[in-house]
Amino acid sequence: MSFLEVRGLSKSFGGVNAVNAVSLDLKEGELLALIGPNGAGKTTCFNMLYGQLKPDEGSVKLNGRELIGQTPRKIWRMGVGRTFQITATYASMTVMENVQMALISHHRGIFSVWPPASRRHRPEARALLELVGMESQAERAASVLAYGDLKRLELAIALAHSPQLLLMDEPAAGMAPKERVGLMQLTADIVKERNIGVLFTEHDMDVVFSHAHRVLVLNRGEILADGSVEEVRANPRVQEVYLGGGSTFGEQGAGSEEGVDKEGMADA
Amino acid sequence: MDFFIVQILTGLSNAAALFLVASGLSIIFGVTRVVNFSHGSFYMLGAFIAYSLMTVLPGFIGFWASILLAGVAVGVIGLIVELGVLRPIYKSPELFQLVATFGVILVIQDLALLIWGPDDLIGQRAPGFEGVVKIGDQLLPSYDLVLIFLSFLVLGGLWFLFNKTRVGILVRAATQDREMVGALGVNQSWLFSGVFFLGSALAGIGGAAQLPKGGADLLMDFNILAPVFVVVVIGGMGSIPGAFVAALLISELNVFGVQFLPQSTLVLMFVVMAVVLIFRPWGLFGRPEIVGSHGSQGPPEAPLRAFSGRLWLALAAAVIALTAVPFFGGTFLQVLLADVIIACLFATSLHFILGLGGLVSFGHAATFGGGAYAAALLVQFSGASMELAMLFAPFAAGLLALVIGWFCVRLSGVYFAMLTLAFAQVVWSVAFQWGEVTGGDDGILGIWPSAWASGTTAYYYLVLTVGLSGIATLLFMAYTPFGYALRGGRDSALRSEAIGINVRLVQWSAFIFAGFMSGLAGALFVFAKGSIFPTELEIARSFDALIIVFLGGVQSLFGPLAGGVVFTLLQDWLSRFEYWRLFLGLMIIGIVILLPNGLVGVGQWLRGRFGGPSNKLEEAQEEAG
Repeated sequence: MSFLEVRGLSKSFGGVNAVNAVSLDLKEGELLALIGPNGAGKTTCFNMLYGQLKPDEGSVKLNGRELIGQTPRKIWRMGVGRTFQITATYASMTVMENVQMALISHHRGIFSVWPPASRRHRPEARALLELVGMESQAERAASVLAYGDLKRLELAIALAHSPQLLLMDEPAAGMAPKERVGLMQLTADIVKERNIGVLFTEHDMDVVFSHAHRVLVLNRGEILADGSVEEVRANPRVQEVYLGGGSTFGEQGAGSEEGVDKEGMADA
Repeated sequence: MDFFIVQILTGLSNAAALFLVASGLSIIFGVTRVVNFSHGSFYMLGAFIAYSLMTVLPGFIGFWASILLAGVAVGVIGLIVELGVLRPIYKSPELFQLVATFGVILVIQDLALLIWGPDDLIGQRAPGFEGVVKIGDQLLPSYDLVLIFLSFLVLGGLWFLFNKTRVGILVRAATQDREMVGALGVNQSWLFSGVFFLGSALAGIGGAAQLPKGGADLLMDFNILAPVFVVVVIGGMGSIPGAFVAALLISELNVFGVQFLPQSTLVLMFVVMAVVLIFRPWGLFGRPEIVGSHGSQGPPEAPLRAFSGRLWLALAAAVIALTAVPFFGGTFLQVLLADVIIACLFATSLHFILGLGGLVSFGHAATFGGGAYAAALLVQFSGASMELAMLFAPFAAGLLALVIGWFCVRLSGVYFAMLTLAFAQVVWSVAFQWGEVTGGDDGILGIWPSAWASGTTAYYYLVLTVGLSGIATLLFMAYTPFGYALRGGRDSALRSEAIGINVRLVQWSAFIFAGFMSGLAGALFVFAKGSIFPTELEIARSFDALIIVFLGGVQSLFGPLAGGVVFTLLQDWLSRFEYWRLFLGLMIIGIVILLPNGLVGVGQWLRGRFGGPSNKLEEAQEEAG
């Protein structure tokens, strides 16, 4: 059952059709990758889904409720979480406080004065940090974290209000290969455990092919292919767009052993 | 009809100086991203230097050569300021740059006093343009036509420079993308120095050219600053046509305002600005600012820590010591300490929005003076008691902050700074112009405490109780979710919006709360002095709070307290000298360049250097990665 229905989403900048009649569905427990070459319209799609950009046409329905025209704040309240391509966290707060802020906002406590912020929702925040494997760094300042840890922290923040939908813009960008696999594996586990839907964009095909349940290929603002990892990989038109992606699409270059492993798990 | 033509021409000629100063400010900002608060001082120097040159160079040639030479001289002074003051701090947070240029204002004020004396100088009339021209039955000084010609000449010259010359195109390119221009092999240092020279020279010529109309005096610097900020905010920062149109608009408005609404000329200007800002927050000809395009924010602040046992002990000791002061200290000490506490409350309220919220307000005096005036007016007109007036003042100041904040939180960075300054000038101009109610320049006198609090010691205890409660409330608020949300909005507005926090609403509320507390400080002040004058609303008063916050260290909760103590004592001592502004200005510049973390930063550095309980564990962890 799809809880997210995107229909005919379009946006043009000047004469350029950045996104043209994009439609997609997302089910609970599904990890959907949105891929495409540079300039394909991935980020534009994302920004429209999250209310940062107003589409020219189209609708985005979450459980039948329209998201278009809502502010990012409202969309967040409706149960959509988001992580950013370049992490956005509070540098002057501890890891724990970063998560606590999301929880305080979720419980509508921003304008309250007692108890102090750092004493609120601690067990909940700790549980979220445990979920992403950051509990040992809870009291460190966010400004001193390694980039991979910041990404994990962002994931914990995004999960604080138990979203039904999680939007992740290039979650693995800027991370070491090992960290990428770890983060995507973690995301896949959370998807399964919490039965939420995740839509993510990604440039790294290893990450996409080894973790996504379904892949949507965007090219020049239009959907080129939509299907399972195997279908998309075998699609000649996709191969053409990604020409130069090299062995990624070939039989012999099916990624690292690890990649195959993960793919098997994700499909299961 | 003739009347209107003459009025329009008068407006045009008044616009000349405003346009020259505003375009200079705009050009400098466009390339260096520094809002030069001392630009008004360059304007003033232009007038003074031209005055001196005209006494040496006689005749027709001498007059015009003096204007030109004054421009060059001010350009060179601007260059010295750029090389000596700004070059070391281009990479610092923008607040540092703003404060440094304020230091320059103080230095120039005293140097001008030293060289030209305190008296207003009357400018020589322009040879050949002493007379008037007749338009119908109306008269217009012929020099006005010269000024109109001059502003069109400069507009045309700047257009030519920026569109037809290689250097001009490089400057425009640098306005859009400094790094790219650097990557193309252009020496940025030269470009920065060049625009600083040009911008300063324009301000100097502006000051020199209006000499026959307005003369030269020591208030010119602050007097031009607010209208110039209004002009660049309306026209759009970095846009020369914008500066021209806005200067024209403001000047015409003034000329016709004097005819039809003489009581409200100063306010009128700000009404127009407010209207423009509602519809185009980035000005008529400006571009919307790109988030994060301002100067760096500096190193991230350390997370807030709960008060340690030792800190509680130290605070308790300080309170006990302050309580004990009347038992051993004389009247002088009590009055001085009351001043210190009031300054600390005022500065802590500014720190709340500036330090925690990243909202660099340059008009915090509006709520301080606003609260003081509210209390004084209530006593004056309703004969209310001190208690009632003190209760009323913070709410009045909060209401003022509510209105001002509604406009200001729509902008950020230097725009926010300029706008708060401009609004503070509105409040000042109301107090100054509305003589029947506020007493104008004469202020309101005879606002004394109730009988029970009228003794020095009694009032000291009142200030101690109310002031420390206010400071404690502000510190407490930093630890609440509201205080955290304020810091969050400063750290990453993007993240705040993505977890459902309305950043603007939080900032607006903080602005109101800070205004409330600043108004309380104002109320304590007015009953301590027994009177209130428009000076408490002046730019200089806003800067006092800024300097205290800055001196103490922006990133420290206790910074404003350390700064308040040091600044008030220092000012008390320095103001006994004739040229105390010079010392203060040089000191500010020195601190900005040498001690960017303020007094508290120095304390931390000393502790880290010479042992004590530093965070060795945390450091070790960080080194281990």
